[in-house]
Amino acid sequence: MTARHHFPAGLVLEARKRTTAAQPIVAGEPVGRVLLALDQGTGSVLEPVVAVGATVARGTVVARPVDAFGAVLHASVSGRVTAIDLREASTETGECPCIEIESDDRDAREPSLPSAVEFATLDPAALVEQLREAGIAGLGGAGFPTATKLCAGRERGARVLLLDGAECEPWICCDDALMRAQAEGVWTGAAVLSHALGGDTCIVAVEDDKPEAIAALRAALPDARRADWSVAVVPAVYPQGAERQLISAVLGVEVPAGGLPADAGVTCQNVATAAAVAHWARTGDPLTTRVVTVTGSGVARPTNVRARLGTPVAALVAAAGGYRDAPLRLIAGGNMMGRALATDAVGLTKAINCIFVATEADLEGRLHARELPCIRCGDCARVCSVGLLPQQIHRAVLARDDTASVRFGVRDCIDCGCCDYVCPSQIPLAWRFREARRHLQEREQATRRASAARTRYERRERRLREAEAARQQSFEAARAAARLATGAPGTPRPAAGGSGDGAREPGGSSSGERP
Amino acid sequence: MRFDTSPAPHVIAGYTVPRVMFQVLLALLPVGIVQVALFGPGLLLQLAVACVAALACEAAALAMRQRDALPALRDGSVLVTAFLLAFSVTPLLPWWLTALGTAFAVLLGKHVFGGLGQNPFNPAMVGYAVLLVSFPVEMTRWPVPLDATGAGDWNSLARLTLRCFYGGPVPAGEWDVYTGATALDSIRNGLELRYTMGELLARGDTVGLLGARGFEWINVAALAGGLYLLARGIVRWHIPAAVLGGLLLPALVAHALDPGAGLGPLAHAFSGATMLGAFFIATDPVSAATSDLGRLWYGAGIGVLVWTIRSWGGYPDGFAFAVLLMNLAAPLLDRYTMPRIHGRPRG
Repeated sequence: MTARHHFPAGLVLEARKRTTAAQPIVAGEPVGRVLLALDQGTGSVLEPVVAVGATVARGTVVARPVDAFGAVLHASVSGRVTAIDLREASTETGECPCIEIESDDRDAREPSLPSAVEFATLDPAALVEQLREAGIAGLGGAGFPTATKLCAGRERGARVLLLDGAECEPWICCDDALMRAQAEGVWTGAAVLSHALGGDTCIVAVEDDKPEAIAALRAALPDARRADWSVAVVPAVYPQGAERQLISAVLGVEVPAGGLPADAGVTCQNVATAAAVAHWARTGDPLTTRVVTVTGSGVARPTNVRARLGTPVAALVAAAGGYRDAPLRLIAGGNMMGRALATDAVGLTKAINCIFVATEADLEGRLHARELPCIRCGDCARVCSVGLLPQQIHRAVLARDDTASVRFGVRDCIDCGCCDYVCPSQIPLAWRFREARRHLQEREQATRRASAARTRYERRERRLREAEAARQQSFEAARAAARLATGAPGTPRPAAGGSGDGAREPGGSSSGERP
Repeated sequence: MRFDTSPAPHVIAGYTVPRVMFQVLLALLPVGIVQVALFGPGLLLQLAVACVAALACEAAALAMRQRDALPALRDGSVLVTAFLLAFSVTPLLPWWLTALGTAFAVLLGKHVFGGLGQNPFNPAMVGYAVLLVSFPVEMTRWPVPLDATGAGDWNSLARLTLRCFYGGPVPAGEWDVYTGATALDSIRNGLELRYTMGELLARGDTVGLLGARGFEWINVAALAGGLYLLARGIVRWHIPAAVLGGLLLPALVAHALDPGAGLGPLAHAFSGATMLGAFFIATDPVSAATSDLGRLWYGAGIGVLVWTIRSWGGYPDGFAFAVLLMNLAAPLLDRYTMPRIHGRPRG
């Protein structure tokens, strides 16, 4: 099956990954120390459930999510927790609380873990909960918890399972290598995920520059499933692997702006996530390793490494033969969307699919870019895969016109950086739009806080008024009662006593609130 | 080991504004060659004056605005403005008028609005319009093209050009030999004097093979340069196609209804500033509409306005005014032609 649909535009970028993808995946060397970031890439900071000094085994839960955007985190080695503190990390701010575990080199497995999971006999809802407990999260670069996506899919009846093997970033090939080596694992994962969703249809989408992966997947496709499952070949166009763009290209449906893929009837997972699910079902092991591409002109032997989560980037680079040729930037992710790391002490997270060690040659014009004013040439609009007019958003952002920038779609931007790539004025558009979104979010939070404070104040005012009215009423009632009791309407009792008794009765709570 | 933490993307294609501007200048080369061959060396003098004046005004404006002058002078945009103005005016224009027009273009057309990327109007056309309304005689005095019957030789034309350039006196006899109204102008005047189109064409001195004599080859050269820009992706097809469509469709209909009333579509296409305007002037992205659909409307508006001005207006050609009027409409067009964003409801 070849995809017939397409998304608005995109870029054909020179791929630099064929030779790396063809090599077998290297098993990472055991590391003495892992650094598990409590933000594994989604921005949600987990709550540690172990203390410093605790002994953990491989697979012991060390942190739990506080919301639906975090996934359970497990120790990836056995040993002792030596620190829980703020470290440099691959997060937006460049730091994040991390759990440091000193390995005891025994690699003991957490005894409470099951040995295998009979997923087919499980109730789908229970299966989703088990996947949540196994810490399975999106391995395509976002790190979004798989269980949360499956819940959304189940709630909205999104039964079509789309496995994303597009891998459009020009240097990343960990999914390619994985599909070649573990094609049957991808299909097993598809079976587990389909069972959780209660659906039959599964499509694995792969870009046409990965013929070996496509062949391997087709060869491993179980005969019994050939009616409902298929491999879709999509053109190698960046950003083909972006969720909305892939759904549009393969299924010809658009995910509504501000909505979820589930709203379009689709649940999208990465192929590596599916393989991780298969591994969990087979062994009972939670997610403690992932395959990561270590590449760029700044490493000696670009390769794909299966490494423990928390492995320091320095150890990953060492697994690829170490640095060479004066590396300038260390990028977590690809060179189009990856985040530059300040140091190689950062630990591997579920969301990091590539360590790109860039030298001057890789950064090409970027290092020497000189920003000039926008001349509205529209080259950016030509390549935007969301159909935006980046030149108009940019103008609105510079003018700090939030209404206009939202109307022009700053929030619909998927941050792929295509506009940056082609801009003749070399304007850092993607970065400026990220900043604008952050500013919008901050402003909205401030507005929410202000309106909450205002509501609180108005409620309090009303409560005080009501208490005062009640006090007055009971005072009048008490006075009337007193008049009746004495039987002398013309001579009321002294006002002080009457008012005091009447006020205390209903006003017990209001008196404390008086300023 | 510490690394640099600049934001993504970490790779760019390396396109630059100076490259875009240089391609535009390169594409003007055939137009320049044809104009010098047919209308004498005046163009070269105009180019020299316009470039010097443009760079000086740009530097002065940047100094007054306390901006770094070097990147702006290097980006080539001000040279494109100077070139477009020099290509638009008559080669016989006195140097001080060229300098004045350039100053208006750069200062009033560009820098009062905030420089590159901020100008609502096409700067070259601002300068041209100022000159045309202020000095109509000097601006409409074109040499008779050398391929027209009975015209003199290139060297004498060069001598006359120099005299006009310095504002010196020109012997009355030479005027009649070397200068005259442009073809569009004489056809307009002829039609006003109730000659029919057939009679005017029969005179043979105004309309050549394709369009206005002399100008037809300039238009052919501009078309070639424009196609080069299209092929290099510097200009996209929407605006030139819409300008030509907006000009030629009404001309075709009018010509079909009454062939004696005016020029036919072919003559419109290869007369006056048509091709230079469609490919080089109307396509200035800063002052044009910015969405694809908006650019189609913008170009069509220019085309229809040019046809209207040529047919009924007070000027023989109306490219500058058509462009300036549509510049005014560009923000409105942008507002109503915003493309649908992926995932947002249709309509």
